[in-house]
Amino acid sequence: MAEVRPDPDKLLAHLQAQEARARRGRLRIFFGASAGVGKTYSMLEAARGARSAGKDVVVGYVEPHGRVETERLLEGLERLPTFSVRYRRIVRQEFDLDAALKRHPDILLVDELAHSNPVGGEPPMRHPKRWHDVQELLEAGVSVWTTVNVQHLESLNDLVAQFTGVRQRETLPDHVFDEADEVELIDLPPEDLLARLHAGKVYIYDEVANAVERFFRIPNLMALREMALRRVADRVEAAARASAGVGLERRTRLPGERVLVATGPDRQSEQLVRAGKRLADALDAEWTVVYVETPALLKLSEAQRNRRIDLLRLGESLGAETVTIDGPTATEALLEYARIRNATRVLVGAPKRFGLKALWRPSTATELARRARGFDVITIAPAESVLPGQTREARSRPDNLPIPFRWDRYGWATLISMACTLAAFAMYPHFELVNLVMVYLLGATVSGLRLGRGPSVLTTILNVAAFDFCFVPPRFTFAVSDAQYLVTFAAMLIVGLLSATLMASVRQQTRVAGARERRSALLYAMSRELAATRGIAQLAAVAVRHVAEVFQCKAVVLLPDDDRKLHMPKGKPMEQSLRHPDLAIAQWVADHGREAGLGTDTLAAAPALYVPLGDAERPLGVLAVLPENPRRVSLPEQRHLLETFAGQLGVALERAQLADRTEAVRVAAERESLRNTLLASISHDLRTPLAAIAGAGGTLAEHGEALDKATRQSLARSVETKAREMSELITNVLDLMRFEVGQVVLRRDWQDLGDLIEAAERELGPRLAAYSVETRLPDYLPPVHVDATLVVKLFANLFDNVVKYTPPGTRVVISAVLDKSFVLLTVDDTGPGLPPGDPARLFDKFQRGSEEGSAVGVGLGLAICRAIVHEHGGDITARNRPGGGARFEFTLPLAPPAVLPASIQSAVSTVTGTNSARSTLGSEQ
Amino acid sequence: MNLILVVEDDAAIRNVLRALLESEGFRLCAAETATQAEFEARAHRPDLMLVDLGLPDGDGVNVIRHVRSWSSLPIIVLSARTAEEQKIVALDAGADDYVMKPFSPPELLARVHAALRRGTQRAQASHELLLGEVRVDIAHRIARGAGGEIHLTALEYRVLECLNRHAGSIVTQNQLAQEVWGRQRLGDTRGLRECIKNLRAKLEPEPHRPKYLVTDPGVGYRLRTSDASA
Repeated sequence: MAEVRPDPDKLLAHLQAQEARARRGRLRIFFGASAGVGKTYSMLEAARGARSAGKDVVVGYVEPHGRVETERLLEGLERLPTFSVRYRRIVRQEFDLDAALKRHPDILLVDELAHSNPVGGEPPMRHPKRWHDVQELLEAGVSVWTTVNVQHLESLNDLVAQFTGVRQRETLPDHVFDEADEVELIDLPPEDLLARLHAGKVYIYDEVANAVERFFRIPNLMALREMALRRVADRVEAAARASAGVGLERRTRLPGERVLVATGPDRQSEQLVRAGKRLADALDAEWTVVYVETPALLKLSEAQRNRRIDLLRLGESLGAETVTIDGPTATEALLEYARIRNATRVLVGAPKRFGLKALWRPSTATELARRARGFDVITIAPAESVLPGQTREARSRPDNLPIPFRWDRYGWATLISMACTLAAFAMYPHFELVNLVMVYLLGATVSGLRLGRGPSVLTTILNVAAFDFCFVPPRFTFAVSDAQYLVTFAAMLIVGLLSATLMASVRQQTRVAGARERRSALLYAMSRELAATRGIAQLAAVAVRHVAEVFQCKAVVLLPDDDRKLHMPKGKPMEQSLRHPDLAIAQWVADHGREAGLGTDTLAAAPALYVPLGDAERPLGVLAVLPENPRRVSLPEQRHLLETFAGQLGVALERAQLADRTEAVRVAAERESLRNTLLASISHDLRTPLAAIAGAGGTLAEHGEALDKATRQSLARSVETKAREMSELITNVLDLMRFEVGQVVLRRDWQDLGDLIEAAERELGPRLAAYSVETRLPDYLPPVHVDATLVVKLFANLFDNVVKYTPPGTRVVISAVLDKSFVLLTVDDTGPGLPPGDPARLFDKFQRGSEEGSAVGVGLGLAICRAIVHEHGGDITARNRPGGGARFEFTLPLAPPAVLPASIQSAVSTVTGTNSARSTLGSEQ
Repeated sequence: MNLILVVEDDAAIRNVLRALLESEGFRLCAAETATQAEFEARAHRPDLMLVDLGLPDGDGVNVIRHVRSWSSLPIIVLSARTAEEQKIVALDAGADDYVMKPFSPPELLARVHAALRRGTQRAQASHELLLGEVRVDIAHRIARGAGGEIHLTALEYRVLECLNRHAGSIVTQNQLAQEVWGRQRLGDTRGLRECIKNLRAKLEPEPHRPKYLVTDPGVGYRLRTSDASA
């Protein structure tokens, strides 16, 4: 029981991760506590070492900051040209990712991993952050050396800001740092650093420039140094654990440790997320950032709700799973979610309600702590004092925009109140005053139910006023003679307000639930239609229609060809189609299996969002979405919904691809088996006549002199007939092959059936002489729209059957019956009838009326007949006639008279163009 | 003694043709390639050409086109190509007839005789046509059968005249349509079919089983006169 065995799945994942890492380039970080400790210097020194060891080292981007030592080290190292970006009228020199990918060295040096690329510059850069560039390089198999300062780490960002008072805008997600293959700590005692600073050897960042004095103080530098050392120590410990084996990791990690960070729209949430990251790291736990949406929160301003996007993004960038949950109250929702996910710790902001208010409605933290079962609640005190930048930012934000004022609803509220008063007037002579109150209460409830809180409060107040004015003695004044009515007023007010609040809350909850339900209904609608759709192009069309409707956008599904190159769909664009997606972005998305465009980390300036279908290994396509309102796809749950849609579509596409492939394999197998049977049959039926021909020919050549004339003639005749049989067989085989391969294109034209039958008779020639063929076609029979040659072949094959399987003298009668859209043709004979067994089987390949008989042919004749009839859209059956003999029945379509398309007309005239010269010549002679 | 030029790259088939045609009293010259064929045709001025379409140095259709540009000698295609389009292309290029491989010797001989006769007939400008009991004088537009005079429309005379000029050989639907109706009616096969149907009803003893006005399905029509039973 106590034995902990390595989980096979985990082992596998570990191995796969190792494998992926082997293909990836290696990331080496030169890590320091602060600017000026000599990271770039150390990196360049190491680079020179590597180069003299024969490595292909290239400097991608290094900011020399004009330091002589650095410049000297750069000498002799290959440097990539920089990428000029015009940004706010300033040309900035940036790292050129494409040049680096093209150069593809063993090791590339890129300074300042946390650097932000100018977003919105011209030409646009692919990624907003330099670490994105580095990720792509690593994926391409280029090893990268880079530098990072401890204050740039995302999770330490607010801590650093707290004690230095200087906030770093450029941050690096912790996972990038954690996943680095090597981290080299460049350590310099604070005193030495200060000495360097005073000697002017430290480059001052823009951000730090105005706070040099504040930032470069011994306590600060010591704290930073401690943080850096600790971070590296953590890494070393983790590495030790990992090298001790995967199983060990299982033992040291507390089972199922999971941290939930409960966030809301308040300003403390960002701090909570960072604290959550640190706690999760310390516990080596999985962690989730939960945004709780309650009915109350739905009333917040747009801007406030938009903060959630940033918040969840922050969580994601720190490696958290992010989720939005909803419930009647934050506490309920959190308790439920914590239970489902087996959370062990829940981080919440410290209670913000105190005194009476807290008693009336305890804060989430208090409530959660009281009802927590199976998890600890950790409250985090707000760090209000610091963060000057953030406070300023928060203040400048348009807080609490008013909810749009719905005049019509207040109008209705007034109307309801008036209606109540009218009803009360009608009742006044017959009822007690108390009962009139009931009418008003009813009105207030209706108002609360239909109009929302504000209007229903208005109704309540108007009701009280109207009741007082109209009915309470003395009537038609607001004065009240009897004090007991004050109690009635109070009760009316309280009941009205309560019901308004209650109803409003019910309505909000319904809205939340409704939105969720709508989401799953939309998803269900698309999956159902996708499941019922066949064919990749059709699937794409269905998906575009649904996505366009749900996200109010233009969309397009770009599908890859065999070379994985994406193409615009060939068909006619739909109304919802996105006409001009950026194929270059889409291709990047397909190749990397990652999203790009609007609201992503890659080419965020693009107007459309590109979501990959399938993964980078097997791209199934790209869904490009151009929303009318960018918010439709940047909200996390909208984005998740879109991703779910994309996932569904991916599964459907994969299914369709598999089906195509299976079908291709099946067809191939079927063809293969047909080929085998065919080969066996043909080789028999070819060899027999060949033997006769070779024998007869040989005899004639060798002993021709010795044979009498009659023998010679019979030998020669057998050569001729056998050759003819072979020819017939080969024609049949070739014809059938053409049908099987689908190469037959009908050359339909108007034909007289009589002509065709006559031509078939002529084709059989003397062989049919011993039989009597009678054609009974009605005079009114219109021409049929068929391929003449094929229908002649059809009749010829049927006649051939008669010759092969019935004795001479058999009568054949062909008759026709006209139906609305087709002719039913019947070919009767007076022969011995069909062989026993299912007549339908006669139309299969290699069936003959009699086994290995004298009759020649591989049994392809009727198969060809069926193929011809089917190709024309008809059907053919065989059965025995009641009076003896066989009957074959088949239908041919009577297409309505059609005008020849112009293209054919012109084609015909060009063909005959050469002809005129010839006929004039001909007539001259 | 008629001279026949055989254009065929297969030696065995050339041998067979030589045996067959010489036994019928024709003289033969042979060509194995398209280039050679055109040279031989100019050098020997044969009375008839038998052309295989698949030649080592080019398509027989081109040979037909080139020869047709300076001569109206009868040309019969002898080919293993079975698709109707290919037949039509060869016929429209100027071939008079089309015999498929494998051919039956009697059929080939009949076609050769018919083609040669057509050449001489045209030279004599014979406009007398004998279809069993029916005698048609195309020049004077008089048709007479066992039951007395038969009335034919001007259009029917034109069709008959055209078929008669190529008597015994296939005339494609396009050729007929063009010669009878003129260029603008190309592709209208219905009128032509109607016309042939009426002609059969008037001239053939058994209209459902035509003996003289024969359809070659998908390609065209052929006039078999009673003195040339092809």
